[in-house]
Amino acid sequence: MEHYNMNLTLKIWRQKNKNDKGGFQSFQVKNISSEMSFLEMLDVLNEQLINDNQDPIAFDHDCREGICGMCSLYINGKPHGEWKGNTTCQLHMRAFKDGETVTIEPWRAKAFPVIKDLIVDRSPLDRIIQAGGYISVNTGNAVDGNSLPINKDDADASFAAAMCIGCGACVAACKNSSAMLFLSAKVAHLALLPQGAPERHSRVMNMVAQMDKEGFGACTNTGACEATCPKEISISNIARLNLEYLSASIVAEK
Amino acid sequence: MTWKQVFTSSVGKKLVMGFTGIFLILFLIVHVGLNACIWADDGGKMFNAGAHFMGANWVPRILEVGLFLGLILHIIQGLMLVFYNRSKRGIQYAVDYGNKGSKWYSRSMGLLGTIILLFLVLHLSNFWFPNRSNQGFLLGEEINLYQKMEEVFSVLWVVIVYVLGCISLAYHLAHGFQSAFKTFGVYNKRWHSIISTLGFVFAIIVPLMFALMPLSFYFGWIS
Repeated sequence: MEHYNMNLTLKIWRQKNKNDKGGFQSFQVKNISSEMSFLEMLDVLNEQLINDNQDPIAFDHDCREGICGMCSLYINGKPHGEWKGNTTCQLHMRAFKDGETVTIEPWRAKAFPVIKDLIVDRSPLDRIIQAGGYISVNTGNAVDGNSLPINKDDADASFAAAMCIGCGACVAACKNSSAMLFLSAKVAHLALLPQGAPERHSRVMNMVAQMDKEGFGACTNTGACEATCPKEISISNIARLNLEYLSASIVAEK
Repeated sequence: MTWKQVFTSSVGKKLVMGFTGIFLILFLIVHVGLNACIWADDGGKMFNAGAHFMGANWVPRILEVGLFLGLILHIIQGLMLVFYNRSKRGIQYAVDYGNKGSKWYSRSMGLLGTIILLFLVLHLSNFWFPNRSNQGFLLGEEINLYQKMEEVFSVLWVVIVYVLGCISLAYHLAHGFQSAFKTFGVYNKRWHSIISTLGFVFAIIVPLMFALMPLSFYFGWIS
């Protein structure tokens, strides 16, 4: 791919804190290399702002290699930008043309209040995990891994669900701000394995209840979450979650 | 976990929508099959015989009560879900995700459903209400429904509204049919491909048959 430099206009959401009203602010960045990542481009802008004694733009990031789930950003109308199966940190500037205007917004959901600028509070997802995303493990000697046979297809499907990095792009993309793709990945991951069996029914009930409590919307199977997910989690996990929920509600004792 | 908790959670509300939706789909099959008798070309004899069975027999009349309950539940739960879900965003995006990730009609079920509801008000006031009031809402004498169809479908704007209602129904079914089965937990891709194909075919054929009924009368395709 040929290297080129570009000048961009950035329309970025600025918000001082949770209670501030917030609004868009425009910035110009010059000589951005097409080989930079999107976050490096923001680093350049922030250095510029710091040199001018202005408040730099707050955004989430950590590993910058597409596996931690920390980066967010709703870029030009799509979570994590235009590329498919990609996180913001792995979005490179060759995705943009010289002179383009790029609009950057935080994840929008009432369950994800803005902390500052582009950073939102995603701890509701942690609390959903705490409500049931765990398994019981005996103390004592470790069991030999080969003593527990698992169907290869189930193991693969479970692993595909376990790929979820909990970034919240599914919530950001969903017209209902629903966390169902996230929740379904976590439930399917454990429901497919024998290790997840002891808490199977209580897990799905408690995690759904927690999701509702956190103020996410309900799923309407539009598929926007699947299309935007950086780890390409399948929407079939949501159907699997529904089945888990239905069967748990049928067998529940109380 | 009480039954109330099961059906009032976000997943449970979807189950209510799915169950009532499939119930209404089953009704559509009965309705379209019976109405197709207008094409028997016998001046409405066969159609009126079918309509008489549906209107003057206790069994379908009791089932009718269930139909209305299912319909009302589907409408109320649907509208509540639309407002519930819409309230979860807060500040809207400046740039919309649009059709890049999902079909417009899958995001417009509330709107399509409302259009169908408005159509239903007209539809019931055209046929169901005059007929039932003539019967004294019991098992009394029915009106000639075939003649009523000829009369109602001679007006252009009514025909247009009916066709628009059918188009809304087609898109509503195109999403609703397969989405209901996803809600019931059909996750296997093998099954889901059959169901979504079936749903698409159903969403085209049934509303098309319904739309052809007013058109047949208006353009005189039946004698």
